[in-house]
Amino acid sequence: MRRLCAGLLATAIATFALGGAALAETIKVGVIATFSGPNAIWGKQFKEAIQVYVAQHGNEVNGNTIEFIYKDVGGPNPDASKAAAQELLIREGVKYLAGFDFTPNALAVAPLINQAKVPAIIFNAATSAINKQSKYFVRTSFTLWQVAVPAAQWAAKNGAKKVVTAVSDYNPGIDAETAFGSAFEQQGGTIVEKIRMPLQTTDFAPFMQRIKNSGADTVFAFLPAGPATFAFTKAYSENGLKEAGIGFIGTGETDETTIDALGEQAIGLTTAYHYSDVHTSDLNRAFAAKLGELFPKSRANMASMGAYDGAHLIYKMIELAGTDGDKAIEAAKGLSWESPRGPVSIDPTSRHVVQNVYIRRVERDGGRLVNREFDLVKSVPDLGFDR
Amino acid sequence: MTVALSIVVDGIAYGMILFMISVGLSVTMGLMRIVNLAHGGFALLGGACAHVLTMRYGMPFVPALAASVIAVIVIAIPLERLVYRHIYRFSELEQVLATIGIVFVMIATVNLFLGSTLLTIRMPPEVSLPVNLGFKVLPLHRIIVIVVGLLMVTGLYLLVERTRFGIYLRAAVDNQNTAASLGIDTPKVYLAAFALGAGLAAVGGILGAELLPIEAYYPLRYMVLFLTVVTVGGMGSIVGSFIAALSLGILDTAGRYLLPDVGTIFFFLAIIALLALRPNGLLVRPS
Repeated sequence: MRRLCAGLLATAIATFALGGAALAETIKVGVIATFSGPNAIWGKQFKEAIQVYVAQHGNEVNGNTIEFIYKDVGGPNPDASKAAAQELLIREGVKYLAGFDFTPNALAVAPLINQAKVPAIIFNAATSAINKQSKYFVRTSFTLWQVAVPAAQWAAKNGAKKVVTAVSDYNPGIDAETAFGSAFEQQGGTIVEKIRMPLQTTDFAPFMQRIKNSGADTVFAFLPAGPATFAFTKAYSENGLKEAGIGFIGTGETDETTIDALGEQAIGLTTAYHYSDVHTSDLNRAFAAKLGELFPKSRANMASMGAYDGAHLIYKMIELAGTDGDKAIEAAKGLSWESPRGPVSIDPTSRHVVQNVYIRRVERDGGRLVNREFDLVKSVPDLGFDR
Repeated sequence: MTVALSIVVDGIAYGMILFMISVGLSVTMGLMRIVNLAHGGFALLGGACAHVLTMRYGMPFVPALAASVIAVIVIAIPLERLVYRHIYRFSELEQVLATIGIVFVMIATVNLFLGSTLLTIRMPPEVSLPVNLGFKVLPLHRIIVIVVGLLMVTGLYLLVERTRFGIYLRAAVDNQNTAASLGIDTPKVYLAAFALGAGLAAVGGILGAELLPIEAYYPLRYMVLFLTVVTVGGMGSIVGSFIAALSLGILDTAGRYLLPDVGTIFFFLAIIALLALRPNGLLVRPS
């Protein structure tokens, strides 16, 4: 009898222990991004930053193991993004989605996450309107309004009176033009001309001539980083605009992954942006050191920071709400933490990151070019959400 | 008046870059009549090579240019012997498919070793100095490109029209069997012409990189530009490509000065109009 009792007790304990173990589960996070083709840099930056975060913080939250699953969509491709999300949600049973380099890729998953009640953390896609499409979207990157308005305010405070805007003729460019223009005029400045340059432009010399002829003291530029920015900044320095005293203010043109390719012509370019890899804080130095240790050839940029803070947010949401999507979104609202980019928080209405926007100037630092911060606009929310 | 002058100067400078990047194609596609979509690939290989030599090994620009062009020719020769030799006999569609396949291989190779970011080529700093022409400022490298482009078009014109090699090449392209029966070693002529085309592609890629920066997807990004220049110029005519490049450059620049909001549509409308009037291009060799 006593034996039986002991046996039962042992079984009970074992069951309890096993039951306890079953409560701790593997929580899967699906990362949808571009890992191949001309835009593969996005996926690479995301993945490396997540791996740095995991290396620093482990892969367990409350005893649950976190597993990241990566899906390639090969560029701006909403259909592929939707298919990837479907597969992740149904076959892999992910409880969180993340990634999203391009706006259409994020928009495409909105109906799916609404139905599945799964939070989707946007690491980049910077159009304000995305977060209106689903209450399950949370964004850790930036929006154009968030950086273009501070750029305009700073320019107005620092002597710019007449500005010509020169933007690439596509949605983000037009957003940037509107955001900068309205903010600059509010500060009492004048926009003397608005130039929209076709995306395929290779020779910017004619635009430089028009910028010169416009009589502006500053040009606000917005172009996709890469070949377009390379040719634009080259034309800016070679057509004598610098000598003519026409200032340059931009946003993300001097991205860390392409800045060295721009070369000497980039030195002195002023931009307003939310992250520079030489931001001076211990957290950022620790982040950069770990990244350098794991991926010696890599350099952190805004995509890395979006993913790093995104990973942090996912860990926090799991810690506070486990796998309950609705609870997790509620938990994310109002969260604030110290990020390598500075203090950040999640605005409860727009579910978008509130952050400092830094004014930086390109400088040489040893063998490389860096965006050196010298001024900042504090705690900027997504200024485009209510437009 | 100043605007008109600016348009002409900027247009010629831009047109010369267009000529530079497509002159190799006017040899392979124009003269040899292969639909060589891999043209940009050779430019990419040349540019990537120049990037590695100038940035990693600190080689000065001119020797690096020469070394890269030679390297591309060295790659092109076995490629012609082993692959292109068969492609010549393909139908046009098959040529398109085969050469685009070669482009993908080239892109993937560069992507694997150098990644998909911009591959800058270091030039002497004097090259980017602005030169004041009085009515406008032009970077020195544009002037260099204009001079090199003029030298190139003269050299090629003389080579094709005035030398024995040129006669052999034209004969071999027009009728391979007759040319061979007259004692012309057509495979060798083809090999030499192909190597020339690849070498010119490399020169164009490197010199044009100031405007069209080299990166892994270069061949696809600018494919339409290359093809436009050669098509508008008229197949088989180097001088045609030259005139086409200059007029397209001036047209595009004029569009950007005068009708900036119409943008690239202007450029393509102009091409449609041109090809409607002259379906075979500006200058066409009667065959």
